[in-house]
Amino acid sequence: MKASISSTLVRADLVAEPGQVVAVVGPNGAGKTSLLRALAGLLPSTGTVELAGRDVSALPLHERGVGWVPQAPSLFAHLSARDNAAFALRARGLSRRAARKAADEWLSRLGIGHLGDSRPGALSGGQVARVALARALVANPALVLLDEPLAALDTATRDDVRRLLRSTLAGGRASVLVVTHDPVDVVALADSVLVLEDGVVMQHASPAEVAVRPRSAWVAGLLGQNAWRGIADETGLRTASLGSTGDLAGHVPGHIAAAETLPAGTPALALCEPAAVTLHRMRPSGSARNVLAGQVGELRSLGGRVRVVVQSDPPVTAEVTVGAATELGLADGGLVWAAVKATEVRLVAL
Amino acid sequence: MKAPQGAAARPPLLLVLPAVAGAALLLIPLAALLTRTPWGRLSDLLVRADVQQALWLSLRCAVAATALSLLLGVPLAWVLARTRLPGRRVLRGLVTVPLVLPPVVGGVALLLAFGRRGVLGPLLVEAGAVPAFTLWGVVLAESFVALPFLVLTVEGALAALSLASEEVAGTLGARPSRVFFTVTLPTIAPSVAAGAVLSGARALGEFGATITFAGSLPGRTQTVPLSVYALLQDDPPAAYALSAVLLAVSVILVLSLRPRLR
Repeated sequence: MKASISSTLVRADLVAEPGQVVAVVGPNGAGKTSLLRALAGLLPSTGTVELAGRDVSALPLHERGVGWVPQAPSLFAHLSARDNAAFALRARGLSRRAARKAADEWLSRLGIGHLGDSRPGALSGGQVARVALARALVANPALVLLDEPLAALDTATRDDVRRLLRSTLAGGRASVLVVTHDPVDVVALADSVLVLEDGVVMQHASPAEVAVRPRSAWVAGLLGQNAWRGIADETGLRTASLGSTGDLAGHVPGHIAAAETLPAGTPALALCEPAAVTLHRMRPSGSARNVLAGQVGELRSLGGRVRVVVQSDPPVTAEVTVGAATELGLADGGLVWAAVKATEVRLVAL
Repeated sequence: MKAPQGAAARPPLLLVLPAVAGAALLLIPLAALLTRTPWGRLSDLLVRADVQQALWLSLRCAVAATALSLLLGVPLAWVLARTRLPGRRVLRGLVTVPLVLPPVVGGVALLLAFGRRGVLGPLLVEAGAVPAFTLWGVVLAESFVALPFLVLTVEGALAALSLASEEVAGTLGARPSRVFFTVTLPTIAPSVAAGAVLSGARALGEFGATITFAGSLPGRTQTVPLSVYALLQDDPPAAYALSAVLLAVSVILVLSLRPRLR
């Protein structure tokens, strides 16, 4: 799939090989759904969409041959799971019998072969997601567009359906775009990540590349890193927000010190792993160059560790052991000091 | 023993008294009709040739008017709900006019359009198909008043329907007409059925537009409501009995709608 499209809501050039899964990520309102709708032909756009070497951009919706699963799966409530899955083949003129046979094969492949006679109303969320997937894949489309296919599912089901997506889609005939908010999907499903912000593509690269060199603070945050956007200077990065609570010996407000610097004036991101951030109830006096103060915000447990958002300016996420969190009394809130060594801060030019 | 929890406060008389009066206004006439109906004569009456003729005529015309309303009304509702045609809003307003128009005015308007001396009269005379004062006139008059019920019901259902299913059907290769018949129509079928019942009920009870446009010719255009009116002069008990029949039909129709009009 090769596309170069432009609409009022989104503009994008992208290439996805058959069998390649592209995770489409971005903040709310970035144009992720619009991108999918434009590719499917549901949203008017200019430009070209090449599927299997053929430009389909001038074709009406029903002649594009795109598999589309919207956010709400929207199964046809009056049809059985089997007839939902058979719909595309019936629309292409296949006999009812042949279409149902192919539909049953797809349902079995997705682990719900026994539910062919069920009406959508009688199915669980995970089963609905599978039927919607079977319906989109049955006619062997060259492009499959999945709009948050896992968002509505509970955690266990989500893992099952994700595995299923991976095994069904990877290496197949279709290029696949998956809109997601979940970093696990990016790591587990995607061959590449397309980062959309304000309707334009910020970055399209492998998950590893995006993790190491994110081109936006948003995607760095998605992948769990602290990221501050700003302009590089001689000692680090001047952040867009001017800090007011963080000033302490050695720390300049609105400034993140880094050991390795970039040419001054370069727009850049300063990144650091939450595990590299230490927390203190008293002003730390060690060698850390970056010290920020703020109220304890959200706490989130991650296995044996706890992620803490410190509402400093700019905000910092720290990851500490449960023992340290207890010792610091983080559950009680209050003011804490977050410290990051300059050697733990990595600058990435934008 | 505990006191009952959340005992309902006594409803205010200011509301209860008018409510009782309102219910009485609706129910007393119906009760009166049932008490005066000559139940013993009902079976004799229902086999009378003229009564059977009127019943049969009413049934045929109401069914035809309902079918015509479905045939024209569902597409009209779709156009109103789904297209961006200029004048769509005005059209939607005009479609509802027959709901509030005095039926006799509708009849006059129909005469002026499709009557022998109407706007389209010369054309219709030439074609030899003037509907006024014929069975087709009855169907036309009934459709005129019944169509809005269908259009409004179906349009409401279409407007409330999420577009997502139809969009998916399109991406799956269904052309727009196929999407309509295999996805849209089955999804709104309950509303279409409800609209058809409402239209049919309205058609069956039509009086004013029918008598004005099609007359009250026994055996040709005299439907049951018109024959009730005619019988009221010569044979009141027969009129009561026929009225009771219409009431029964209405109750059956209301019951058929009940799961939807909760």
